Amino acid sequence: MNTWTEKEPILSIKDVHKSFGELEVLKGVTFDVMKGEVICIIGPSGSGKSTLIRCVNALNEIQSGSIKVEGVEVNDPKLDKLALRRKVGMVFQQYNLFPHKTAIENIMMAPIQVLKQDPKEVEERAHTLIKKVRLQGKENSFPGELSGGQQQRIAIARSLAMEPNIMLFDEITAALDPETVKEVLVTIKDLAQDGMTCCLVTHEMGFAKEIADHIYFTDRGIIVEHGPPKTFFTDAKDPRTKEFLSQIL
Amino acid sequence: MKNNFSILYTYNKKLYHTVDSTRFSFWLVNSGYKWCIAFLFLTILYPVNAMASNYTYTMAFQAFLKWVPLLVKSGFVLNVIISFFAMMIGTALGVILGLAQVSQYKIVRIFASSVTQLFRNIPWLVLLFIIMLTFPFEIETDDKIYKIPDWTKAVFGFSLPIMANISEIVRGAIKSVPLGQWEAAESLAFSRQKTFWQIILPQCYKRMIPPWMNWYAILSMATPLVSLLGVEEIITLSRQAMEAENNNPELLIPFYSFALLIFFAYCYPIAKFTIALEKRYAVKL
Repeated sequence: MNTWTEKEPILSIKDVHKSFGELEVLKGVTFDVMKGEVICIIGPSGSGKSTLIRCVNALNEIQSGSIKVEGVEVNDPKLDKLALRRKVGMVFQQYNLFPHKTAIENIMMAPIQVLKQDPKEVEERAHTLIKKVRLQGKENSFPGELSGGQQQRIAIARSLAMEPNIMLFDEITAALDPETVKEVLVTIKDLAQDGMTCCLVTHEMGFAKEIADHIYFTDRGIIVEHGPPKTFFTDAKDPRTKEFLSQIL
Repeated sequence: MKNNFSILYTYNKKLYHTVDSTRFSFWLVNSGYKWCIAFLFLTILYPVNAMASNYTYTMAFQAFLKWVPLLVKSGFVLNVIISFFAMMIGTALGVILGLAQVSQYKIVRIFASSVTQLFRNIPWLVLLFIIMLTFPFEIETDDKIYKIPDWTKAVFGFSLPIMANISEIVRGAIKSVPLGQWEAAESLAFSRQKTFWQIILPQCYKRMIPPWMNWYAILSMATPLVSLLGVEEIITLSRQAMEAENNNPELLIPFYSFALLIFFAYCYPIAKFTIALEKRYAVKL
């Protein structure tokens, strides 16, 4: 039986190793996330940030170590992936909206098809979510008719419609122009204020500083340095972190 | 020496002259060498004769006009029927085969892609010969004999290569859906089955329609192949009509031009429409 309580970490990652063939991408990553916490993972390209959060909802398998979501082990061949993914929402860099469905259909599809919820109730919730991501009036637009920022916000609403307990964001602003980045970040800020547990992989340092409870810096498959944003940005100790921050800021 | 091959017996006038005295070979053998030479001479002179004759193109055209209703009504219509049914059967089988090509099970995938590759890479004509000549022309049951018309065998013969090509269209369309769509659906807790039927496949229809129509046009242009096997479609009927009009060479131009034009008139709009659809369905990312 799962004896997880809210006092324990909602997401617990211990000594995770992951390789693609010969290439070892994650070399022993460990950290915990408490419920309601917002963490940001930053680091140079190819350091394994995206891979790490993709492992959390079992899109990628890990070779060794343990990932526990609400006390349930993800690194388990008998894992009920669908049950896991109901608890963990994910938003991608390329939005990945379903192009043949309208915005509101994109949002309503999973709750109706997967959770078998009442379509009327789901539709109401979808309208609320569209309001929340500030896209009233775009309900019946197809993804191709929306801007990148609008698509990404619909993608966020689509994940939220499943009422997950954790949200994973995989470089969701990387494909957007600076103008529209802001509107997406505002959405995430709202989410964080509502108490949603969020794991973000991001390159937006200013945003990370503002929103994160904890920042993790990864390089070459390990967490080099971590800390709350105040100390992390001003008082970095590791030379690699210092170098990275000096390039970015 | 006793056997069933009459061709191996030495020719015996007494034995054969009652059988089929209208045969050309019979006449040739009986007529002796003088006739042979005369016949050869006539054959050589035939085109000269034709030119010398006062059969004009106008006459040929008038003769042709008489045949137009027949050529269209029982000739071209049969071509359309053959292509239509071959397309229906080929599409139905091809979709199943195409889906099998992206199956989760390796054995199903291997089987489906082998069948696909086999029928995609063989000449249609050879396949048609095999099917037309090996399949029975009638089926006997206890109380009845069912005749199988030639054209139904032609339908079957054409539907196999169409099946294989549609199979590839289906596979290609499924593979062309970005991986991100699978991942997004997976992360929304869609099962593999649900992802496939509700998210991936609906995105494929649009991509499949233009190449599907293209194959229909190719198929309808290929239907005259069965004239070589005696199916009474437009080209067979044209040849028979020309024979009925004494095989004047002037007939070739109106008859075959008509066949070309009628196929063009049928296929060109399809091609135009396909291009229009391709433009409209151009993938927006």
